[in-house]
Amino acid sequence: MTEAVVATVAPAAVAEPVFVERRLGVAFWVSIGWVALVVVAAVLAGVLPLQDPLAIGDNAPRLGPSAAHLLGTDELGRDLLARVIFGSRTSLTVGFASIAFGLAVGGAMGLVAGYYGGRMDAALNGLSTVLLAFPALIFLLTVVTFLGQNLFDVTMTLGVLSVAPIARIIRANTLVYANREFVLAARALGARNRRILVREILPNVLPSALAFSLVAVAVVIVAEGALSFLGLSVRPPTPTWGGMIAEGGQVLAQDPLVALWPSVAMFATVLALNFAGDRLQVYFQVREGGL
Amino acid sequence: MTDPTNSAPHHRDFAGPPGTHALLEVEDLRTHFLTGRGAVRAVDGVSFTLERGRTLGIVGESGSGKTVLARSIMGLLPATNVVRKGEVRYEGRRLSGLAPSELRELWGAEISMVFQDPMTSLNPVVRIGRQITETMRFHLAIPDAEARTRAVELLRSVGIPDPARRLREYPHQLSGGMRQRVTIAIALACGPKLLLADEPTTALDVTVQAQILRLLGRQQRERFMAMILVTHDLGVVAGRTDEIVVMYAGRIVERAPTPVLFSDMRMRYTQALFRSIPRVTDPAHRRLQAIGGRPPDLAAPARGCSFAPRCRFARARCHDEAPPLVDAGPGHSYACWYPAEPGEAAAEAS
Repeated sequence: MTEAVVATVAPAAVAEPVFVERRLGVAFWVSIGWVALVVVAAVLAGVLPLQDPLAIGDNAPRLGPSAAHLLGTDELGRDLLARVIFGSRTSLTVGFASIAFGLAVGGAMGLVAGYYGGRMDAALNGLSTVLLAFPALIFLLTVVTFLGQNLFDVTMTLGVLSVAPIARIIRANTLVYANREFVLAARALGARNRRILVREILPNVLPSALAFSLVAVAVVIVAEGALSFLGLSVRPPTPTWGGMIAEGGQVLAQDPLVALWPSVAMFATVLALNFAGDRLQVYFQVREGGL
Repeated sequence: MTDPTNSAPHHRDFAGPPGTHALLEVEDLRTHFLTGRGAVRAVDGVSFTLERGRTLGIVGESGSGKTVLARSIMGLLPATNVVRKGEVRYEGRRLSGLAPSELRELWGAEISMVFQDPMTSLNPVVRIGRQITETMRFHLAIPDAEARTRAVELLRSVGIPDPARRLREYPHQLSGGMRQRVTIAIALACGPKLLLADEPTTALDVTVQAQILRLLGRQQRERFMAMILVTHDLGVVAGRTDEIVVMYAGRIVERAPTPVLFSDMRMRYTQALFRSIPRVTDPAHRRLQAIGGRPPDLAAPARGCSFAPRCRFARARCHDEAPPLVDAGPGHSYACWYPAEPGEAAAEAS
């Protein structure tokens, strides 16, 4: 349907590019819808009519999907739907919170480095190079070993690891705007540096930064999944997608569904985040390109 | 240029009551950029004085140092690899002696600038309204509501229809001419005494150019504001300035009150610039009289006159010795060894 609309609009686009309404597309809204659904389910997991994800022995083990257990039960008779939904809490918290931290710290670093340049840029670039060069897995293992396997530590560790890549991207974006004439114009009107950064450059950098961070959230969700698969994230019996995949892996031959459901949930969420992020990046690029 | 009363000890520069000094005095201003090829002398010893409410046109082709001169006057230069020498005095205050915070109070409030390209000099993601009110809130410390009322008034005065609605719009919703009107409104928001317009019409359609220039002229007269109009087009400054300075290779090559310059141009470069303007009275299909060659390399200044390599009238002396600025009448001076006879250029052109 959208294609048809676009096709009829296209000839006019050549003459009057300003008035063409750009669309994000149906697939974008499906992706966003899925992510929203997962987020809402995770937030409301406590009040939804779900079974206790931790209760062992309430049900028969390894039941197939049925009306009572939409996704069936696992080896210990726990309801898989409840576990997948409660498990999303860990993935989403770690994913969004660590990238929020990375954006706050890395974003500030990138803005300052890109705008001021010179020594400030060299120093911050050096710092992010050191962060990038630091072996991530060893860092994670060390933190988990010494600080413990709780949600906060895992989130912060992944957050710290996301600082350097985000700082690089924001710096590159800032460089594009730092030498634009409107920044010079703001200076000529007496604006101080802090104001130019916050009021002139940040609003320009933010859209693409947010689009990029959706993709980054997806990367962190996969990383957290890998960590809990290895038993390095939040401890069992708290359900996590990665942990459930690991448990399911042990009974893969007898009951593949146990590993399948959390895998599908993670796959769909990561795909949706990536797709939405990509579409947004293109969307904002077009807008900037048109100016 | 400087009368003896002005050259008192330093502290007097700040103490002098307004009115005893010219609005803007530029003295032997030099701006050199340090590059891998050596110092690029973008502005190389420029001096002039601008009185309150007067207009000065700075004319020269691309690369002659006009834009750098305008930015050097403001003090808006990159922080590194720049050498700025000489003196700029605004109402007797030495701008180079001011702290960054003092300069910021001057910028926008007392001295304002209109840039060449309104497509890039407005922030694309900030609404017009905020771009105008921000400066007022900062310099005049007035409440939001009053700033908005003033913004509407300003937009109306620069000829933007339906200004209240425009305040909520983004720059890309406006045409180039409208955007330049907005940048002018922003520059005028705090009632500056000096407006630097750096090629304000170069990026605009010819039909819009005249409107913008008329607007600038009207605002300048109504506000009794001094204005420096930087352009590459002698036609732009012709009827709109009190005085014209012609720049070449970072130096002033001719300076005169506007009517005198057009009736009595002496410097061969001014003459060549003047001839390169196409005229309606020319016969059809007449070749455009371009100036041959390219602007000189500012990193390797010539020993003689910098225009000599491109000058039809150059002789041996021009290549060996740089001509000094010599007086040719009240307010008129030029730098040329073999100048045009008075009235020669005008006669040839007609």
